[in-house]
Amino acid sequence: MRYLPLTQSDRDAMLSVIGAASIDDLFVDVPPAARLDGPVHDLPNHASELAVERHMTALARQNVVAGEVPFFLGAGAYRHHVPASVDHLIQRGEFLTAYTPYQPEIAQGTLQMLFEFQTQVARLLGTDVANASMYDGSTACWEAIGMARRITKKAKAILSSGLHPHYVSVAKTMAKYTGDLLDTAVPQLTAETDLDRLIAAIDDETSCVVVQYPDILGRIADLRPLADACHAKKALLIAVVTEPVALGALTSPGEMDADIVVGEGQSLGVGLQFGGPYVGLFGCKDKYVRQMPGRLCGETVDANGKRGFVLTLSTREQHIRREKATSNICTNSGLCALAFSIHMTLLGEKGLRGLAMLNHRKAVAAADRLAQVPGVSVVNTGFFNEFTLTLPVEARPVVRTLADRGILAGVSLGRLYPGEADLANGLVVAVTETTTGEDVETLAAALQEVLA
Amino acid sequence: MSINQSGWRPAMTAAGDAAPSLTFTGNRALMLEEALIFEIGDSETTGVDLADTLVGEDRLAGLARATPIGLPGLSEPETVRHYTRLSRQNYAIDLGLFPLGSCTMKHNPRLNEKVARLPGFADVHPLAPVDTVQGALGVINELAVWLIKLTGMHGVAMSPKAGAHGELCGILCIKAALEKRGEGHRKVILVPESAHGTNPATAAFAGFTVEDIPATPDGRVDTDALKARLGPDVAAVMITNPNTCGLFERDLKAISDAVHAAGGYVYCDGANFNAIVGRVRPGDLGVDAMHINLHKTFSTPHGGGGPGSGPVVLSKALSPFGPLPFTARMADGHIQLIEEETAGDDHPDTFGRMTAFHGQMGMFTRALTYILSHGADGLKQVAEDAVLNANYVLRSLEDVLDAPFAGAGPCMHEALFSDANLADGFSTLDVAKGLIDEGFHPMTVYFPLVVHGAMLVEPTETESKAALDQFIGALRSVAERAKAGDPALKSAPHFAPRARLDETLAARKPVLVWKERPAA
Amino acid sequence: MRYFTEDHEWIEVDGQIGTVGISDYAQSQLGDIVFVDVPADGRQLAKGDEAAVVESVKAASDVYSPVSGAVLEGNPALSDSPDLVNSDAEGEGWFFRITLSDEAELDSLMDEAAYEAFVAKL
Repeated sequence: MRYLPLTQSDRDAMLSVIGAASIDDLFVDVPPAARLDGPVHDLPNHASELAVERHMTALARQNVVAGEVPFFLGAGAYRHHVPASVDHLIQRGEFLTAYTPYQPEIAQGTLQMLFEFQTQVARLLGTDVANASMYDGSTACWEAIGMARRITKKAKAILSSGLHPHYVSVAKTMAKYTGDLLDTAVPQLTAETDLDRLIAAIDDETSCVVVQYPDILGRIADLRPLADACHAKKALLIAVVTEPVALGALTSPGEMDADIVVGEGQSLGVGLQFGGPYVGLFGCKDKYVRQMPGRLCGETVDANGKRGFVLTLSTREQHIRREKATSNICTNSGLCALAFSIHMTLLGEKGLRGLAMLNHRKAVAAADRLAQVPGVSVVNTGFFNEFTLTLPVEARPVVRTLADRGILAGVSLGRLYPGEADLANGLVVAVTETTTGEDVETLAAALQEVLA
Repeated sequence: MSINQSGWRPAMTAAGDAAPSLTFTGNRALMLEEALIFEIGDSETTGVDLADTLVGEDRLAGLARATPIGLPGLSEPETVRHYTRLSRQNYAIDLGLFPLGSCTMKHNPRLNEKVARLPGFADVHPLAPVDTVQGALGVINELAVWLIKLTGMHGVAMSPKAGAHGELCGILCIKAALEKRGEGHRKVILVPESAHGTNPATAAFAGFTVEDIPATPDGRVDTDALKARLGPDVAAVMITNPNTCGLFERDLKAISDAVHAAGGYVYCDGANFNAIVGRVRPGDLGVDAMHINLHKTFSTPHGGGGPGSGPVVLSKALSPFGPLPFTARMADGHIQLIEEETAGDDHPDTFGRMTAFHGQMGMFTRALTYILSHGADGLKQVAEDAVLNANYVLRSLEDVLDAPFAGAGPCMHEALFSDANLADGFSTLDVAKGLIDEGFHPMTVYFPLVVHGAMLVEPTETESKAALDQFIGALRSVAERAKAGDPALKSAPHFAPRARLDETLAARKPVLVWKERPAA
Repeated sequence: MRYFTEDHEWIEVDGQIGTVGISDYAQSQLGDIVFVDVPADGRQLAKGDEAAVVESVKAASDVYSPVSGAVLEGNPALSDSPDLVNSDAEGEGWFFRITLSDEAELDSLMDEAAYEAFVAKL
């Protein structure tokens, strides 16, 4: 067994140092009834590297690879080109096989990276501070709602109808157990977001309003009136960004006075990976930092006066506060945060803004082309790299038919909102720098044929 | 083998030696200082070449960014150098033995990395039509079957993102099951005082009241005290097995039977599953729910603090309440994805969704690759070698370090020591920092809380005897210095990229993001 | 008149007004204090309620109100200088001032001498 260095003579020598006759003597505390007499039955034994690779490759081949077909899926996970050096660097053993930096003298690489990551994220989201990452965008969103409850000591959260339905589901699951009251709604296929509904719903009991930017249909709206309405009632505005590249082209939620901004960082550096691992982004105003969940890295000096970094404000966390912690979370998403940070460093201001505009202009061109397909119209007036089409028929079967033709056309609202008849004809289409004009033509032509 | 076996070692610097002379750069040979990207990058530099942006109108609803983000950019060579230099300031499993107790820092096979990067896994969208992702769903399903069989349980929830998320999943299953029975009034969860902090944090989050259960002098749960506390208000007990002292909870089956008889459920923290994988099935001990840290037992890389992955195996009683989504293999071999839409008929009691998509797919591919490499026989050997290595460390050092439970019998996969024998004024922290100078990452310190100045050593099964002997020699040397009161230990580490860092300063005046400082 | 609790809070009473902090012994056990969360003005506290949190780098401890009453003010100096708790726990490092609602509650507390004896046995 290639990963186990001990030889049988090593084992014998070690047993004799221990003073045990056999390995079974070391398992004496296991009750006899629970001891297995051999390997767990009905499972195969060990296999060579070649055999395992063949087996896994066969499974991989059963999937349609996004990069090999015209591909328009988004809705919370976006396909961007990741520079080759990102993956090379995160595979360095000193990053890949390190642990949480609890011994800062020999973990400055991870710590400095996290400090840089926090700064990049805070600047991108427009917040004063950001943490060292969360599991993903959906869990970060829920944690923000919990944080707003702790700060405002109120428990009614108003969720925009434009918030990703899976994020809403996660919040609903958790709220059942924490007693938070959630005001939720399904979106309508209009060009406008539900900002007016949200503003009207805020009352003295409201802890927070949660709004996605751009929203699940790709729409964008100025958050400032909403922030003002929240603050007038001592509620917090939480903005959710599932496509961070958008903030290369758009005014950030923090600049529009959102109190907490969370996001899914998968777009930068991480890749699609069938939904995980991803990286949750979490930023907020300075004054709320002690109510923030998750790890934080801070600057300090060492005994010789040299600058260095440590995990800090850890009294918020479960290993110290136990049942009074701000969150039960123990890990962050360190390696994905590293990938995000390296990609951001490669892009820089110039690269990210250029990438964002490339995405946007390609999406505008795609929207105009797809709107020419008979019966198809674009819901959005404003959007970044994702917009919603209405088809003359239910979108879900169309997506399946197009998949059979080797085109991954987008995410149907029927998949996201099963049972909502008013949304069934909606199709959310994402266009990034990886989408070619030819891809758009292929989709438009196939759509026209399928709808004819 | 990179371990020096010739017996030669460099002379140690005498205590109190003057600091090495300064260099112009601040660097010292291979030890390179590295500035922050904000200090070396600028807003005009970029390490990517983009296609020309199309000419056209914008539809940004009047919200086009008006101000700079403030992101520094580096060219590709500068980027590679920056992160390579940073990486060299980290300790890692690839560099040496990483004896962090309860963290299971074992070798991370590179085949796992290669497989996870196959485009058929890495470049697949979570919302792609189910027919186009049968291989991805197949990985989830195949791993699920392994986890169920290895643990002797009934079902498994795959989506939890990490261990603590898995704990939450298990506790929410228990809560849902109680409510279904009309016993939502059971509000108390019993947690041994030696438990990891996530246990009480999770129970409290789910609305339970946490009560501590004391330990016996031999480091195990006080079964009598636990049984005496059972009653109609107790929802569950959360037990770690093997426990945080590195000992097997001999009475777990009896405890489970008593908890079940009293109408409660048993949650097992599976953080230490590595000690028993392939040799003991938690299902045989009456466990109702247990999370499995794929990043521990099944060797998905820790990555400097995540991502983790925490599937939860469930008993027959709790399986109906597990979260969405999950996979189901049909008779024709087609794998179905059960989500909100399809759960209504087959899975009406689910407590809901915990995360946006399907869980940590990239960790599933790695864990399955690892599991298939070992097979049932290899996993059994994993547990045996992990336990053998820990006992070897325990017996090799119990004469020099206090080992509070060593007299009671063998340990499992980790050896626990205390600070009882150290000289006055010398602490566990000093031993830990001394080990850094010896080229090792320290063991887990000050955990579990039930042992004063705890030092928890988990060598794992992927260490050779030669590596263990070198570590034992180093720890013995440091322990002897701590017992003798060597003052140089108080300021260790001396040879690391940084000396001890001022954590008080960091917490009093938190500096969490970089800000340009006015020129001096 | 100054009173102490078994949880190491002190209260200095002047008429209806009490000033509350943690004892010098308590600060010495906690180590470097990095943050103090003081109660908001006007908050009603019952005797024994969790009134404040004091944090060192590795620990967070609750501070209980030794008496019932309404909070007059938290010590504003602690937000910038939590180290006052280390340097002057029973003076400048006070946590909050409170209007007592039941002076009889003071009877169950220790005086300085009793507290010294209590600490000596720990």
